[in-house]
Amino acid sequence: MFDLLKTRLHQGYRTSDFPKGEVHLPERFRGKPVLDPSRCQEGCSSCRDICPTQAITLNPLKLDLGACLFCPLCQEKCPDKAIAFTSDYRLAVRSRNDLMVSGEELRLASEMDDKMLRVFGRSLKLRQVCAGGCSGCEAELAAAGNVIFDLSRFGIQFVASPRHADGIVVTGPVTNNMETALRKTYEAVPSPKIVIAVGACAVSGGPFAGAEDSQDGVPKDIPVDLYIPGCPPHPLTILDGLLRLLGRLEEKRDS
Amino acid sequence: MKIDSQEFLSCAVWIRNGEAVPLAEIPQYSPIDFRQNCLYLAHSGSRLAALCSFPGFSRTKEAKTILAVFADDAGSKVGLLFSVLGGNNSYPSLSLDLPQAQNFERELFEEHGIIPEGHPWLKPLRRKMDSYPFFRVEGEGIHEVAVGPVHAGIIEPGHFRFQCYGEMIHYLEIQLGYQHRGAESLFLRSSPERRLVIAESIAGDTAVGHALAYCMGIEALSDCDPPFYAHLVRGAALELERLANHTGDLGALCGDAGYLPGASWFGRIRGEFLNMLMELSGNRFGRSLIRPGGVRFGFSSSQIKDFLIRLEKIEQDLKETADLTFNTPTVYSRFEETGILTNETADTLGMVGPAARASGCDRDVRRDHPFGIFRFVQIPAAFVDSGDVMARALLRWLEIQRSLRFLREQLNGLPETALQVEIRSSRSDYAAVSMVEGWRGEIFHLAVTSSKGEIAGYKIVDPSFHNWFGLAAALRGSQISDFPLCNKSFNFSYAGHDL
Repeated sequence: MFDLLKTRLHQGYRTSDFPKGEVHLPERFRGKPVLDPSRCQEGCSSCRDICPTQAITLNPLKLDLGACLFCPLCQEKCPDKAIAFTSDYRLAVRSRNDLMVSGEELRLASEMDDKMLRVFGRSLKLRQVCAGGCSGCEAELAAAGNVIFDLSRFGIQFVASPRHADGIVVTGPVTNNMETALRKTYEAVPSPKIVIAVGACAVSGGPFAGAEDSQDGVPKDIPVDLYIPGCPPHPLTILDGLLRLLGRLEEKRDS
Repeated sequence: MKIDSQEFLSCAVWIRNGEAVPLAEIPQYSPIDFRQNCLYLAHSGSRLAALCSFPGFSRTKEAKTILAVFADDAGSKVGLLFSVLGGNNSYPSLSLDLPQAQNFERELFEEHGIIPEGHPWLKPLRRKMDSYPFFRVEGEGIHEVAVGPVHAGIIEPGHFRFQCYGEMIHYLEIQLGYQHRGAESLFLRSSPERRLVIAESIAGDTAVGHALAYCMGIEALSDCDPPFYAHLVRGAALELERLANHTGDLGALCGDAGYLPGASWFGRIRGEFLNMLMELSGNRFGRSLIRPGGVRFGFSSSQIKDFLIRLEKIEQDLKETADLTFNTPTVYSRFEETGILTNETADTLGMVGPAARASGCDRDVRRDHPFGIFRFVQIPAAFVDSGDVMARALLRWLEIQRSLRFLREQLNGLPETALQVEIRSSRSDYAAVSMVEGWRGEIFHLAVTSSKGEIAGYKIVDPSFHNWFGLAAALRGSQISDFPLCNKSFNFSYAGHDL
C-alpha cells in the first residue's frame, strides 16, 4: 500500500490542460496542409503524380484532406513550395466538401444544432465500429481516453453496446465482410444519433481506396456528422473535433 | 554448431534474410516430391515461414504453382522450393503432418482454387462469412456463446464461438476475415509510393515493422544497401514501436485484471514512446519514416540529448510501475496459470514472436536472421517457459528492458551521416525474402519480379497469421471469464491476419 501511494505521488498528475493552454507539437509533426496555388508553375503536376492516394487535383490546386495520409511526398516533390504541412492539429469538419483544401482556410466543424446539443451537449456516449481499420485509428481513439487526454472529463465515453450509445465512430475502409455488422450496429443505436468517420480509410478508403474487398469508407447512405481526417488523426485532433461538435470550445463560440 | 546434411541443403535454394535469388535457381518438384521435401525440411528443424502461390510464376502460363519458404533459424537462412500443379490444381495436403501449413493451405484454396487433398479443416478463412461451418459440441449441459464481430471495446472485429460446459470452455473456434481489405491484390496494382503506405497499413500498430520488411525486399531486388546510419534509425524506430506496444499491452493486461494504477501508468508511458516516434518521423506510429534506400529523417543532435534524458526517466517510471504490478497479489493471482499454451502446441503450430517465446520457443528474427542494425548489434532474445498470461506479461517486461538498453546505447554519440541511397531498378525474374522481428513476431514479405523487373507477385505474412490458432488452443479447458485476459495477453492482429 505504501509503495502504491509512493508510486502514485511520483507518477504525478499528468492530464493535459487541453483545451486551455497552448499545444506544443513537434516540429516534424504534419498537421493541416497550407496550399498556395499562385506559386504553381504552368503544366507542373509533380504533387499530383506522386500522391499515393490521388488526393490532389490541379487547375486549381486542391488537396482532399479526406484522402490525404499526411505523408510529406507532395511537399517534398513540389519545386515551388506550393504545399506545406503545418503543425496545426485542428482538422475536423462537418461536411465532406469542407475537406477539399485550396488555400490556407479550413472550415472547422461547427457545433450541432440546438436540439441535438440539448440531448448530447453535456453527455455523449459513443460506440466504436472498426470496419477494416488497421488499428492505428483505433489506438488513437483509445489514447484519447487515457490519463493524458482524458476524454471522459468532457462527458464523452466509449460504451460497450450500441443500445447505450448516442452515435457510432467508424474507422477503416469498411470491408465487404464488415458492412452488415456496421449497418446493424448503426441501426441498433437509438435515434437521434450521430455518425463520426475517423481517419482517411473511413472518409475515403485511404490507402485501400479502390480495393476490391472494401468500400472506400462509410457507405453513402449513412449520413456522417463529423469527419476527422488523418492517418491516423492525433488524439488532440479527435478531441478537438468532438469538442467542436459539442460546442465546447470557446474560440468557436466567439467567432 | 549444427552441420547441415547435403540432403537438407539440396531440398531448396538457400538465401539469407534480405537477399534475392533468381527465380530459375529455385528448385521445382512434382507435387508429391514437393510435399516430401517440405516435410523433410520441417522434420529437420526448419519452420514454414510461408506457403503461397503466384499467378504467372510458373514457367508455363496456365498451371498454378505453390511456393514454400522454410526458415532455418539455427542456420540463419531461408530455403525456397516450388511445384507446378497439374490440371486439377491439387496436391497432397501438408497439414496433417505439418499443422503449421493449415492456415496457408486454407488460403491457397480460397484465393487460388488450389486443392490441398486430405486437408482436415478446409474451412473459409476470409470469405463466406455467413455460412461458416462452426464446429459444435452437443450434449446435456453444453451451451454455445457467440461473441463479435463488434466487440465491447475499441478493438478490431473477429468472431469467437465458444462451446461451454458451465463456465468451462470445451472448445473455442475463432472466425476471422472481417478485416479483409484486399491488400495483397491492391498491392500489385499500385504505384511504389502507394505500396509503401499499404505496407504501413497492414497493421497500423506495426507500421514501422511492415514498412521495413517492404523496403528490405525492394532493396534486395535492386541490390542496394542503405547507409549504416539509416539502419540505426530503422532499428531505433522498430524498438520504439516494440516499446510502445509492449508497454501498452502491459497496461491493457492490468486493465483486464482490474488493476487501474498499472493500466493508467503503463498507458501513459506508452504515449511517451509514440511521442518520440512522432518527434522523429512526424507521426505517432512512425509512418513515412522508412523508405526504400534508407530513412526520411534522422535524429538531430538535440533530439538525441533530449531522448537520452527522457529514456532514463521513462525507464525509472516503468520499473516502479512494473515492480508494483508484478508484486500485487490481485494481479499475479489472475495472471498465473491462466491460459497456458504449452511449448509443444506453440511449436507444432509454428507460432512466432512473444507468443511463442512466452511458451519457451527460442526464436527471434533479430538474432536468428539478423537484418539491418541487428547484424552489428545484438539484443539478447528473451524467453519464458510457463506459457501462461504471466509468462506473456513478464516476457514483454523483459523485452522492454532489453530494447531500452539497446536504444540508450545506440543513441549515444553517433554522428548523423547520409540518410539514404538512391534505389536502382529491380532485377528481373528474382524473388526477395525479407523478415523483420516486429513487436508481434516475424513479419515476412516475399516479392517476385517479372521479366521486366516489375513486381509480379507479393506475399505478406503477418505474425498473427501463424499465431491465432494458439489462442484457441490455449483456452481449451479454461474458464470463459478468462477469455478477455487471455486474448489481451496474446494481442494478435486482426487486420494483419485478414490483410
